[in-house]
Amino acid sequence: MNALRALLLCIACAASVAHAAGAAPDLAADPALEARVNRLAAELRCLVCQNQSLADSNAALALQLKAQVREQLGSGRSEDQVIDYMTARYGDFVLYRPPLRASTALLWAGPALLVLGGIGALAVSLRRRASQAELSDDDRARAAALLEP
Amino acid sequence: MRLRGFLPLALFALLAVVLGVGLTLNPREVPSPFIGKPAPAFTLPQLHDPARTLAAAEMKGQVWLLNVWASWCAPCREEHPLLVSLAREQQVPIVGLNYKDDPRDAQEWLLRLGDPYRVSIVDRDGGVGIDYGVYGVPETFVIDQAGVVRLKHVGPLTQDVWTRKVQPLLLALRG
Repeated sequence: MNALRALLLCIACAASVAHAAGAAPDLAADPALEARVNRLAAELRCLVCQNQSLADSNAALALQLKAQVREQLGSGRSEDQVIDYMTARYGDFVLYRPPLRASTALLWAGPALLVLGGIGALAVSLRRRASQAELSDDDRARAAALLEP
Repeated sequence: MRLRGFLPLALFALLAVVLGVGLTLNPREVPSPFIGKPAPAFTLPQLHDPARTLAAAEMKGQVWLLNVWASWCAPCREEHPLLVSLAREQQVPIVGLNYKDDPRDAQEWLLRLGDPYRVSIVDRDGGVGIDYGVYGVPETFVIDQAGVVRLKHVGPLTQDVWTRKVQPLLLALRG
């Protein structure tokens, strides 16, 4: 059932992409504005093809949202205002850089925790190895006896 | 010390459980920021009579469904018979938001497959769709008497979703 649904969604996705084909992507006349649009669009996730950013995607909805970004930046709104506009509609999910909240704390702290854990484990095992390497007086005497000609 | 030997097995089991749970999640299900918030306002022309409009505010005072659909959308066809039977049983008023569609195609579709909608409205360029955070058609919203969004379902409405999620919610909302 899930597989069937995934297949249908793919077809729907393909259909909406086909819908968009033919519509040439419009650009802002001002290259500085277009650069801002592209920078912001690269931070936003396309909802239809979820592993692409708005800047990369050619899905109809992505082109429309990118046009929205262009229009809003062009009318003098700030990047933060556009991001608010997007998250009010699609949630934090549209952001490739999710905000730091209780629900995302593990996401943000996870890599640091892993590194610290790794350093801790390394320190413990190095110390253990160092203590094993130390020879007792008995060992030294035995070694000396063996090495004597 | 004997236990150490089981450590790799335990790690493997943990990983298997975590990945197994991950497989059952649906990454396409985006948590909606609309739940508990007022439904975005709209005023759109009606499909069958473009001279007349429908505003979201006109639906206040009743629990209703907003169903986003299009004639080019294959999964919409899958859910359509359920919507028709819900309308026949007068379970809940359904407003159809015809999304980025050709009105003639939409009318023909409803003529052929049955029209479950109390009112059909036309969102030709998808602007209202963006206001509702629509990213995959069909989508269905449950909106309460005060005009607050209570549920959003992405993908075709199935009998299972209806009996498990929507119907209990409608009962609760109507008190």
